[in-house]
Parts: sequence; structure tokens; C-alpha cells
Amino acid sequence: MNIADYNFAYLDEQTKRMIRRAILKGIAIPGYQVPFASREMPMPYGWGTGGVQITASIIGPDDVLKVIDQGADDTTNAVSIRAFFKKVADVAVTTETAKATIIQTRHRIPEYPLRAGQTLVYQVPIPEPLRFLEPRETETRKMHALEEYGLMHVKLYEDIAKHGRIATTYAYPVKVEGRYVMDPSPTPKFDNPKMHMSPALQLFGAGREKRIYAVPPFTEVVSLDFEDHPFEIQTFDQPCALCGAENVYLDEVILDDKGGHMFVCSDTDHCEKRQAEGHRGHLAPEAMEPAE
Amino acid sequence: MYVAVKGGDAAISNAHKLLADRRRGDRSVPALRIDQIVEQLALGVDRVMAEGSLYDRELAALAIAQSRGDLIEAVFLVRAYRTTLPRFGYTNAIDTGAMLVERRVSATYKDLPGGQLLGPTFDYTHRLLDPEIAAGSPVDEPEQRDVEEGRMPRVSEILAHEGLIEGDGDMPLDHVTGDLTREPLDFPIERDLRLQALARGDEGFLLALGYSTQRGYGRNHPFVGEIRIGEVELELDVPELPFAVPLGRIRVTECQMVTQFKGSAKVPPQFTRGYGLVFGQSERKAMSMSLCDRALRAREFGEDVVAPAQDEEFVISHSDNVQATGFVEHLKLPHYVDFQAELDLIRRMRAEHDARRTDHVEQQREAAE
Repeated sequence: MNIADYNFAYLDEQTKRMIRRAILKGIAIPGYQVPFASREMPMPYGWGTGGVQITASIIGPDDVLKVIDQGADDTTNAVSIRAFFKKVADVAVTTETAKATIIQTRHRIPEYPLRAGQTLVYQVPIPEPLRFLEPRETETRKMHALEEYGLMHVKLYEDIAKHGRIATTYAYPVKVEGRYVMDPSPTPKFDNPKMHMSPALQLFGAGREKRIYAVPPFTEVVSLDFEDHPFEIQTFDQPCALCGAENVYLDEVILDDKGGHMFVCSDTDHCEKRQAEGHRGHLAPEAMEPAE
Repeated sequence: MYVAVKGGDAAISNAHKLLADRRRGDRSVPALRIDQIVEQLALGVDRVMAEGSLYDRELAALAIAQSRGDLIEAVFLVRAYRTTLPRFGYTNAIDTGAMLVERRVSATYKDLPGGQLLGPTFDYTHRLLDPEIAAGSPVDEPEQRDVEEGRMPRVSEILAHEGLIEGDGDMPLDHVTGDLTREPLDFPIERDLRLQALARGDEGFLLALGYSTQRGYGRNHPFVGEIRIGEVELELDVPELPFAVPLGRIRVTECQMVTQFKGSAKVPPQFTRGYGLVFGQSERKAMSMSLCDRALRAREFGEDVVAPAQDEEFVISHSDNVQATGFVEHLKLPHYVDFQAELDLIRRMRAEHDARRTDHVEQQREAAE
């Protein structure tokens, strides 16, 4: 039993080349799902194996990596993936959005605007936006090829008929560059507008489903809607309780068993930065009784 | 007060330490050795090799020890190692007709050339818990027969002489055998890829699907033509050499399921076959695989696809237990960002609902006054 050393960033170079080719194809056809020979990774399917494979294929020794899950750098899976790349690629890591060259994410896009030269790598569970309308790959592939997206519009219309509004709050379908309908991964629809004309490269990896897709910089990304029911993002009635930020996505934190709750930034880096700059919410440590 | 949830690093490291402790268990009990697992939990090792798609008993045993006996976790460990191995080439197809057979039974013939050999089977044991094993009593040496020279013909070859059973079939000449670990599946797929997927598919899943065909969901009237377990030689063609190079022997279980087919305008009535081949000794898996293989050939025979077991996308997309367990278990990862989005929607809809009800009640009151 002789377990050999692993290559830089875990994957062997042939595999990286195969994945890079899939990425290039994805960039050439924005929003199109490129099948790729996804590998078993040392973390389970569903834990971000698609994103990890993309990051492993594009990362170099000079890159600075940030990993977030639910917007936070310190959720356990983000910690685990960051530790993985520290171990197998020995790269610099950061929690600061502005300093990172590659940001791997699950379920959020950072609040701080991305710039050209940065790459946002999304972990995707189900890449097919039509999957819950049509379970068969053979069918959905045809629908994409024929640009046959009527079914999706019918679904959104039925939402309005039943609930008075489009009842999709995350993984809200978008149309990329006027052609492919794409799943933005389960980010809240709050983040959809950030994808539109982003200066950063956006790559999407679905390991278990063996698909890669991409949104190149400065690409049109339009959330599907109707003229009389335009797309809207979530709004919050109160600012972040810690940093006072408005127009950001907030997590609800339960404080007690009597219905007490507070809203705080989902993007922990953004929140900490603002607090460091002196912004204070109504429940920020200085504004409260000292904690024991 | 609320403190931002910090300390993922320390939590993970402590969890790993605790896991290592629980894996080892009571330190006064001797630690399991890998060779003990190889020798005494051999069928578990076989399952990990089969579903991990890597024929290496020691690595499979190590994975079983490391996973605390959780076989799907062990399969996962083996797969994650296997995928990093360089690919030298592909061996020639094994010849199960030349197998050194330890067990071979046919349900379609009372006797047949080569005979019926029970081998090491649970089949006719009475399932009574045996205190002797707990006591560690010595075990007698088994009876041995002399090694017979020559091939043991497969049942499919015997029936083939009369043309009553379909042949092995051919792929088109330019067909390159697929490799699902190197190319993404593209449905519909050919039988070579289907068999690969089934061979590494979850035993329990295939068992349930095979069972469902027996209960009428895609019935195909199966008979066990033959099951054989034993060792076969692996050979690799090396470009510089005029002969195939033997690499060693592996133990496999093969099942030929003979099933009915009415025939068509082009083909006279004959028996069709489902095929199962698994690393190590696992009849349950090989039989389930052969039932599923036959069910999935529905399209080929122009049969109606009416049952889950006949539905290629359904079966193949969900047969891999490493994928399945990953995606099911990922639900325990945090989803609070999405949940918040749903919570917000529900609150808004509830508020509108309540407002509508209040309006309605007031209107009724006004009408009554």
C-alpha cells in the first residue's frame, strides 16, 4: 500500500486540461451547460465538488482564494474547502472580497462589487433550470437546443395565478445574452442583478451532474419576468443590526424562544468591514450592555 | 447577545479528533488489523471493491476500518483515491469461460458439463446464530477437489448451439468501449456504459429494482442460466510485444439471466439474456444487475417502457450511491440564505392573506348592520 503524493491542487494535469477545455467552451457559449467528465473528489457530492474542480483547475500559486458559504467565510464547509486548497495548493487565502482573485461560493454573491480580473466560482447542485419541470435530460437538452422555454414561462405564470406573484425566491431563472435560460445556482434572487454585466468572470460547476457553465465578463443576465409582473428583489424592513447596512441581504438570527430575532448581514466580510469603518447597527456590541 | 458564529476551524478539528477516537473505540480492545478485515470480512471488502470500482483488497479493507464499517463511506474513500490514479491502458476483455471456478450453479439444467458446484454459499445454511464463532472455536479444513483442466463452458454457449438463445451480440466495428469515469454520460447510452454503471451501482438499489421486475413492474420471466464465481486472468496488450501480458488474477461473480422474448418479424422466438458481472463474491449484486440489464434492454427489443427498472435515465442517474449519499446528505449543510428567502415570501403572503380575511369580515359586518 503506497499512497502517492497528490498533484498541485489535487487534480492531475490531464484532468485539469479537460476541465479547462470545458470552461473555455462554457465561456464561448454563455449559459450553455457543457458536459464534463467530473471526478470523484475527496469531499462528498453536494459539498461543492463541481466548484472545487473548477477552482482546482484554474488556481495557480499566485492566486488569492476566498471561500464563502451562505455569504460567510466561517461556515464549516467554507472553512473545510479553504483548508483543502491551503493543503493541496498552498495558496494564499483571504476573507476580503477585494483582495481575492478567485472566490468560490455557495448560495451568495458578495455585496462588495466584483472587479475585472476576479473569478467567481459557484457550487451548483442542479444545473438544469428546467429540471423540475421536466426530469429527463434527453428532453431538457432538446428544449435548450430549440430555445423552447415556454414551459418555464407557464410555470412563472401559474405562480402568479396561484399566489399573486412569482413564488421563486432563490435559484431564480435568468436568460444569458438573450439565448440560454440558466440556473444561477441557489443564490437568493436578491443577487441576480449582480450577475448582469459583471466585470468578473463567473464560472459554475456541478460535480455530481457533470456540468460546467459560464457567464463571461460584461454579459447580459436578465431575470425572467412579465411586463406586468416585473422582476423584483427581496427588500428588508430594517438594516443590519450590527453594521446598519441597508440594501444588503440579511440573515435572520433567532435570539430566544419568545419570537425575538434580529437581522444581520449574510456577507460577514462586508459586515465586519463596515463595523471596522465605524458603522453601527442598533444591536452592535458598543450600542448594547456589555456582554459578560 | 448574538455573537457571529465563529470557530468553524476549531469545530472541524475537534470533530475530526472525536471521530478518530470513536473509530478506535475502547483502547483496551486490540485494534483491528487490515489483514483481519481482508480475511474475515471478505464479502464487505468485495462490496467496497465492486462499488468503489477498484480491485485492491487491502485498500478496501483500510477504507472499511477508516469508515468504521460504513460501507458506502468506504466506497467513497476508495473512489476518491482511484480517481487520482494514472490510466496506463485497458485490459483485454476477461474470459469467464476459462475461469478457475469455485462455485457454479445453473437453475435451468439439472446437470450440465462441468457440473454444479455449490462452493462457499450461505444458501443452505440455517440462519441460527452460532455461539461457536463468538467463542472463537477452531474451524476444520474444507474438502478440496483436484483442479480440473480445461474450460468450463458457459450455459449461454450450450444453448447457443441450437440458436435458442441470443448470442453475445456485437457492437459496431468502429465502436470504442466507453468509460464512464472518463467521459460524462450522454443519454441514451449504449449497453457497455450501462453495464459499467450497473457494475458500480448500489447493491441495495439494484436489488430493489430487480425485485420490482419480479413483482410485475417490467416483468421479463427470468431464469438463472448460470452463476459462477472464481478467478480469471487479466491480460494487457502492450504495443511493443506480440502477445498479451498477464497482469494477475481477479475474483469475479458472473450471472447470466435467461429471459423470455417472443420474437419479432426479423428474429425467431428465442431466449434473451441479462448480464451481471461484479468484482469479488456477490451473487445478490450480480443477479440484481442482470435483471436490471435485461429490463433496460426494453428499447432494444421494442418493448414498452412502463416500469422504473426499464427507464434508463431513472435507473442509471440514481444507481451511484456515492452521488446519492452526497446529495441527500448535503441537505444538512447550511441553507439559511435560501430559507430566509422563502421565509420572507411566506410572511408577505400570510400578511396579504390576513388582510384579505379582515376585509372580508368587516364587509360582512357592514352588510349585517
